[in-house]
Amino acid sequence: MKVEARILVVIGIFFGIIALVYWFTSYEDAGFLMLIGATFLGLFPGAYYLWWSHHMKPRSEDDPTATIEGGSGQIGTFPGSSIWPFIMGMGATATVLTFVFGLWLAPIAGALVLSALIGATVESRRGGTI
Amino acid sequence: MTTTVERPELLTPEPAGGPDAHGPGAHGPGGAAPEHAHHEGPSGIVNWLTSTDHKVIGKSYMITSLVLFFLAGVMALVIRAQLMEPNSSVVSYQTYNELFTMHGSLMLYLFAGPFAFGGLANYIVPLQIGAPDMAFPRLNALSYWLYLGGSITMLSGFLVAGGAASFGWVAYAPLSNATNSPGAGADLWLMALALTGFSAIFTGVNLVATIFYLRAPGMTMFRMPIFTWNMLVTAILILIAFPVLFAAVVMLFCDRHFGTHIFSVQGGGSPILWQQLFWFFGHPEVYILALPYFGMVTEVIPVFSRKPLFGYRGMVFATMSIAALSTGVWAHHMFTTGVVLLPFFSLLSYLIAVPTGIKFFNWIGTMWRGQIAFAVPMLFSIGFLFAFLMGGVTGVLLASPPIDFMTHDTYFVVAHFHQVLVGTAVFAAFAGFYFWYPKMFGRMLRESWGKLHFWSLFVGFWVCYTPQYLLGLHGMPRRIATYAPDTGWTTLNVISTVGAFIMGASFLFFFVNLVVSWARPVPAGSNPWDGHTLEWFTTSPPPHHNYTHLPPIRSERPTWDYNHPEHRTVITHRTPGAPPDQPKELTGAPS
Repeated sequence: MKVEARILVVIGIFFGIIALVYWFTSYEDAGFLMLIGATFLGLFPGAYYLWWSHHMKPRSEDDPTATIEGGSGQIGTFPGSSIWPFIMGMGATATVLTFVFGLWLAPIAGALVLSALIGATVESRRGGTI
Repeated sequence: MTTTVERPELLTPEPAGGPDAHGPGAHGPGGAAPEHAHHEGPSGIVNWLTSTDHKVIGKSYMITSLVLFFLAGVMALVIRAQLMEPNSSVVSYQTYNELFTMHGSLMLYLFAGPFAFGGLANYIVPLQIGAPDMAFPRLNALSYWLYLGGSITMLSGFLVAGGAASFGWVAYAPLSNATNSPGAGADLWLMALALTGFSAIFTGVNLVATIFYLRAPGMTMFRMPIFTWNMLVTAILILIAFPVLFAAVVMLFCDRHFGTHIFSVQGGGSPILWQQLFWFFGHPEVYILALPYFGMVTEVIPVFSRKPLFGYRGMVFATMSIAALSTGVWAHHMFTTGVVLLPFFSLLSYLIAVPTGIKFFNWIGTMWRGQIAFAVPMLFSIGFLFAFLMGGVTGVLLASPPIDFMTHDTYFVVAHFHQVLVGTAVFAAFAGFYFWYPKMFGRMLRESWGKLHFWSLFVGFWVCYTPQYLLGLHGMPRRIATYAPDTGWTTLNVISTVGAFIMGASFLFFFVNLVVSWARPVPAGSNPWDGHTLEWFTTSPPPHHNYTHLPPIRSERPTWDYNHPEHRTVITHRTPGAPPDQPKELTGAPS
């Protein structure tokens, strides 16, 4: 996890430097703010991963000498087929079309999004942790 | 229904001296284990609607984006037909504006990006790192449905009164405001960007989480295939760039409908702000489109040169440098606005040439003294090298403000970015498609049709775009629907149009190839190219959750190591009979 953390932290530091250089050479606020945004996009998760990499159990995927048998066990639980992403996608499409074609679409969009939210949540609870 | 996935078992390597050049599939281990072979799930259209399997979603992405690619290609042919002679009237001015807008939008937002990070990356990245699926399979499915919804939304602009969006794929303010671009087509365009933007963001999150958390034991970061590396960097770039696009789209929509004046001078806003926001997205977007394709080429060249990649770490760091620099160069699209800092953006733009040069050096270094096999994926990769080199060199020219002031908004720029994007998103995309098609569908494409496809595309490419450089230098502006006969641009335009139609015809060979491969399938086996990376270890197509067995991962090309014990990539001395996983066998960087 250390390499992953370093990548993100270095991204953050790089954009921090570029943002400062940009600000003090151009005094242009839009670009400066976006560069600062990119800085924190690197620093926030990077700092978390860096902290976490010191507190977690070593992972077999970070160990160049790990064996496949040594890493055996459960990877995780993966969902099977689910209709709810499709319903959610259509709901999101109907939502944005509401902005174009008018509020008459809103009930359809709302119903689709709401049913997808409820459906996916219920599915997760019944199917175990995802 | 959920499935708990256990780690695949180890497949012990063959004893030295008995390597099987055609991969493990021939003698069983790649075959599906019983519990995976009997994966029960819906089939047909219900499977397409409900699947959360990254392979099904990846294929859906690829098919959708290829259909949109062909639609955009047809639009390009109409554009070229219009420009073939002066004062032409193949289409009206309004239709012409809609066509070039939608051509650019479809190609950039809906084909080049989604084909790479939604299609091939979705399919290949989990396989390359030994993962059973993407980290968030349902989010992955949602990404696809948002993408499909967005694509249909954008295309439906042609059906509404006033026609589709017609302000260019960059939608500069104030042309894109409610006065200058009334009608639902522009709104549909904006909403389509909102949907596909979120689709891209979700895919970016998914790729980062997958690569960080679902690698197989021993698959350290610096053993990941370069394609996976490039997709990680691309995903981070997506997370930097697409939220800005979404914000800009929301602001523009508010300007159009809710009375705000963010981008209008009358209300105290700034049209230049749109350009700042758009290009802060737009230039990283260019590398979001390029880096995955660099990755595909980097997978193809070593396999068909029968050598390990030259300069693995150099490639990784070059990718990261390109990505980092690409976020600091957005205003080189805005030199002529007169309000951006020329030296800053010019210098950073020049700097991008350095890591790109390192990549070229490494690609050539990989081929150097290799046993090069000119199979179709390799031909497309070499075609990419030439095409992208020309696009890249003219890009260096355009990074110079004086030259940019001369050529801005001329056909020189059009030729430049078409050579960059066709080089990456077409040549390298087909390299990747021909390369991984056997893995995805378990059958081979025909070499003969593939070679016809390549050569016609390659010839058409140069015939089409080289004259456009000259047209630009002769002063032909981009986005014009007609020109006068006395401008002297006719001959070059005719040549360019002929080239465009040769490129169009090349896709007929591609279709024939697909049809032939489905009508008379040639089974691919698990490893038809004697590949290096992990995806060639499993069956073609892979079983549900991808792997029942894994080889030991001791270098960045585990399948090669397994199939060629005498030519292991990193093991310098090997005790006969010793178990394969002794730590002392490792020597770090590949030789």
